[in-house]
Amino acid sequence: MAKPKLKSHLINPEWCKGCGICVHFCPKNVLELNDNDKVFPARPTDCICCKLCELRCPDLAIEIEIEQDEQ
Amino acid sequence: MAIKDYIRERFFPHIWCPGCGHGTVMNSLLRALDSLGMSKNEIVMVSGIGCSSRISGYVDFHTLHTLHGRALAFATGVKMSLPELNLIVPMGDGDALAIGGNHFIHAARRNIDLTAIVMNNRIYGMTGGQYSPLSGYGTMATTAPYTNIDQSFDTVELATAAGATFVARSTTYHVQQLTKILKQAILHEGFSVVEVLTQCPTYFGRKNRQGNAVDMMVAYNKNTTPIGSKAKKENPDLIERGIFVQEERPEYCSEYDKIIEKATAKLNT
Amino acid sequence: MKKENIKFIQGNEACVEGALYAGLDFFAGYPITPSTEIAELLSHRLPQKGGKFIQMEDEIASMSAIIGASLTGSKVMTATSGPGFSLMQEALGYAIMTEIPCVIVNVQRGGPSTGIPTHVSQGDVNQARWGTHGDHAIVTITASNHQDIFETTVEAFNISETYRTPVILLYDEVVGHMRERLVIPKKGELPLVERLRTSVKEGVDYHPYLPREDGRLPMSDFGGVHRYNVTGLFHDMWGFPSDNPKIVHGLLRHLVDKIQNNVNQIARYKEYYLKDAEIILISYGSSARSANHVVFSRRPRGEKLGLLELQTLWPFPYDIVREKCANAKYIVVVEMNMGQIMQEVRTAVDRPEKVFLANRIDGVFITPTDIRSILRLIQGKGV
Repeated sequence: MAKPKLKSHLINPEWCKGCGICVHFCPKNVLELNDNDKVFPARPTDCICCKLCELRCPDLAIEIEIEQDEQ
Repeated sequence: MAIKDYIRERFFPHIWCPGCGHGTVMNSLLRALDSLGMSKNEIVMVSGIGCSSRISGYVDFHTLHTLHGRALAFATGVKMSLPELNLIVPMGDGDALAIGGNHFIHAARRNIDLTAIVMNNRIYGMTGGQYSPLSGYGTMATTAPYTNIDQSFDTVELATAAGATFVARSTTYHVQQLTKILKQAILHEGFSVVEVLTQCPTYFGRKNRQGNAVDMMVAYNKNTTPIGSKAKKENPDLIERGIFVQEERPEYCSEYDKIIEKATAKLNT
Repeated sequence: MKKENIKFIQGNEACVEGALYAGLDFFAGYPITPSTEIAELLSHRLPQKGGKFIQMEDEIASMSAIIGASLTGSKVMTATSGPGFSLMQEALGYAIMTEIPCVIVNVQRGGPSTGIPTHVSQGDVNQARWGTHGDHAIVTITASNHQDIFETTVEAFNISETYRTPVILLYDEVVGHMRERLVIPKKGELPLVERLRTSVKEGVDYHPYLPREDGRLPMSDFGGVHRYNVTGLFHDMWGFPSDNPKIVHGLLRHLVDKIQNNVNQIARYKEYYLKDAEIILISYGSSARSANHVVFSRRPRGEKLGLLELQTLWPFPYDIVREKCANAKYIVVVEMNMGQIMQEVRTAVDRPEKVFLANRIDGVFITPTDIRSILRLIQGKGV
């Protein structure tokens, strides 16, 4: 199975409460909190699409969009 | 996100504090339900009162937000009168085991097909941080300002002794395990109890100097271990995670169906 | 008349027959004297018709379970006595707030507290009205004989469905345990009100708490096509929590008005010889049997006595009582408590000083002799 390729980090700043859980537990240190305490992908190309941020987020504020396989 | 299908989006962002573990439990639960492919109309969520019980307002099922401690009793009525429904009962630790302790014991004893999720943050959060039966000796809370002298007990042992046929524990750090456990708990035909260690950074964390949400989740990783692991043998203080009990025993509603058969047969002779 | 339509049974059993006639599907209860027979009989009869019976771990769980079951579309009931009724109050308030139909039977015994489990009183009248916290309205019905127990039980289910409210059947140990003849009506003889279900289609916005033009609130069964929220918090018409003052005011007014504005439709009573009565006895429950005996034995001797037997205690029919008692010289309320209905009668009539209490509070059933002695005292005739 091909490694999932990141399409984008879909982040909802209205729902994000800046708790920092996704930031801390990202295995590749992709995420950071901006000046408004909202998460953003500081190093998006390092993302390995493990989705732990999406699974752990208490606010359903972050989603990892994966590139669809082309048939 | 597929799980967005299962929420009442207009109420988000939800009322839980930044970093509240309950949000993560909701996240894992919705993923478990999504993977089971049930129709939303088949699912009834019955919750009690407290921060954890607010979950029912945010999910797009038949939702019943009941009284403090009584969720399992309401759920018993729903399930018994319409056993085809899938009943999920999220409760707080005080909700399920203090005021609700009696109903918890008897729902387990009956082995009625409900999935009880004890969202254990070891505190009464909604009322501002009072101690709960699971806070533990020596902890601080607003009603234990000189430290708590109440001993706690073990949810898993209580559920097992009372007769629950599926008993498991996980944490908000171990989300993949949690989703898997919740899925199995829901599928299990009988009384399932899933205890989730979930952080309340606002009260329990702050009053007991456990840091913020991240720190508390790091602690959940450090202080828990899979059931029967080598680490547990070396350090008995570690809390075990996993499935403790998974048995097949007669489920209450199907037993009652047999009673109906008996009663109608007797009537017709 | 077919023999099987006539029974010689306890009042508790008459209540069971009425509930089954009305279409009871689900009963959850806990044993307590003097209501236990209701649970025992239903454990036997309900599964025979495919209904469900469960003995819960306590009365709180019983009341909670029937509310849950009602939401799936079942007609539900529980039965208890004083101490259990006290335990049920919080959940009763929940059913009021969430407008869930259910019937609660309280077969009264001596109280307060453990009291005298095997002896009668009528001490829970005010508790039925105000036992649960907060402003609210409630319907409470009672009966003095088995035929009326049957009919008021059916009526309780009907009122419950019509107004989407819990209804309390307030019987007592005497009428609950005594044996009497009951004629069970044929199917269709007594009208039944079925659950009003919404006609709103799947996918269309359904409001569980929005009254129709005629005031009724169509329900939707849990498990059906409409997913909504039920909560004991103040809520909007979709069932979601709100502390908006307009919504709070509106909901509270609705909960109370839907009952209070229909006092006369809900009221049930029986009257005997009121037109020319100089002394009107007002009574209810088993006390009314003795009051009835006094009136019917004295009338032939020329005493102008009348009886107003109340069956609906709450909402109290003030207007009806005032009207019926307008021309009476004395009104004597006969009850086995310290004047709980007497207070309401005093409020209802034009001259409260003409209202007296003939009561008994020692666990012994009030007799016609007791009533006659008090009547003599009231009339200044000594004992």
